[in-house]
Amino acid sequence: MYVAVKGGEQAIARSLALLAEARRGDPALAEIELAQIREQLRLGVARVMQEGSLYDEELAALAIRQAAGDMLEAIFLLRAYRTTLPRFGYTEPLDTDAMRVRRRVSGTFKDIPGGQVLGPTYDYTQRLLDVEAGAAEPVTPAEAALPARMPRVLDLLDAEALIERAEAGGDAEPFDLTREPLSFPADRATRLQNLARGDEGFLLGMAYSTQRGYAESHPFAGEIRMGEVDVWVCPEELGFAIEIGSIVLTECQMINQFHGGNGVPPQFTRGYGLSMGEGERKAMSMALVDRALRCDELAEPNEAPAQNQEFVLSHSDSVEASGFVQHLKLPHYVDFQAELSLLRTLNARHAAQARGEIAAADAGEAS
Amino acid sequence: MDTSPHLARAGWMSLLAQADPAELAAAMDGFAPPADAAWLRPAQTGLYMLRGRIGGSGAPFNLGEVTVTRCSVQAGGHIGHAWVRGSDPRHAELAALADAMLQDAQRHDALQAQLLAPLAAALDAKRDSASRKAAASKVEFFTVVRGE
Repeated sequence: MYVAVKGGEQAIARSLALLAEARRGDPALAEIELAQIREQLRLGVARVMQEGSLYDEELAALAIRQAAGDMLEAIFLLRAYRTTLPRFGYTEPLDTDAMRVRRRVSGTFKDIPGGQVLGPTYDYTQRLLDVEAGAAEPVTPAEAALPARMPRVLDLLDAEALIERAEAGGDAEPFDLTREPLSFPADRATRLQNLARGDEGFLLGMAYSTQRGYAESHPFAGEIRMGEVDVWVCPEELGFAIEIGSIVLTECQMINQFHGGNGVPPQFTRGYGLSMGEGERKAMSMALVDRALRCDELAEPNEAPAQNQEFVLSHSDSVEASGFVQHLKLPHYVDFQAELSLLRTLNARHAAQARGEIAAADAGEAS
Repeated sequence: MDTSPHLARAGWMSLLAQADPAELAAAMDGFAPPADAAWLRPAQTGLYMLRGRIGGSGAPFNLGEVTVTRCSVQAGGHIGHAWVRGSDPRHAELAALADAMLQDAQRHDALQAQLLAPLAAALDAKRDSASRKAAASKVEFFTVVRGE
């Protein structure tokens, strides 16, 4: 337990000054501009937005600079900032079908309508540090633009009824974790919101565990697409919907083997991942964990860590996790003193008992 | 003009929100705001919760929030509103002013020609360029037949 202590104000003030100085680094060098972070560290910005749960490139860039590049600290800063802003409402559901695609690949079909578009990816780099990186060669645009709408790869399987359908249903109002605390069992919409905010490293590890056999999922990357999606809202004042701008999203549709069960015939099932900006590793991890967490619904044995909702959803949030782990640094003096005195008492009793046993043994020998 | 005023207005409001703020500011320079322009709701930044759909087409879920700046202005007998993504108050103010002015039949055509048309062209050009660059990385995969 943490007990408040007084004092140390001056030391804290100086620590803050030291932090500011350390963050700034060599004052002879120019300070990094936010636009440079936004433009040149865009994948870091995307991660901070996604896990900070707030799409705003400028604020994410500011958070990264203030946190000196510590992504988890930047995520925390963004999460804290969002609590100071009023909530205007909910957007219309994002139409990823109408995405202006910048990258789109499938691991399941070679020839997909609209084609496979590699876009900007590290996949085909040699991963050799380029110490003499010069200016980038400008890309020569193709003659023709990509189709305005790219059909979903999974719809190709839909026609044969070999894959489960994602039905819109009654469009029930989804649970909102920013309004109400998580409780179990959590439905799929709630789980996806949790995973969307979840730490990439944690989800990556969980996703990896499903591939290594801790939850039989046999996944294929049905489709991964990245690009711009328009954001629509319908303000009460207007009574009709308008676009308010567009955002970059990465979407992953995983296809998984399913032997049938719970009244469902054998078919491919789906895992879904959606991430702000270019966040492919996150979207793929999210999709794998989403699928693993559907075990109860599909009557699959629930025995692996990645299938355990309480385990996954309770430990996915880096803000909560880092807060609880790092709070151990705070003064626990009273707690520790109590433990110490208890241990001294136990120790003394143990010594006394040992002396008593020796005395008894001595007495036994003497008799 | 469009026969459906709502549709036309939704169209220009969307365009003003999608426009690059610097381009919007430059284009609006040529149009003096009505002298009686009064802010009904000064620019205010808040949040919308982004909704995704499970599997892309299924039931909605909450993905995370997005900053949005809104603003309302009364100008020349019309009320202009703006909701724009991001936290740039000037973008929202200019979009709200343009919305009010576009509702004014006297000003509409000039604004349509000198503000909306160039903004739409710039947005189309930007999207076309990005799409053609992406298209340059389109691949044809060939499955290599294993040798017999």
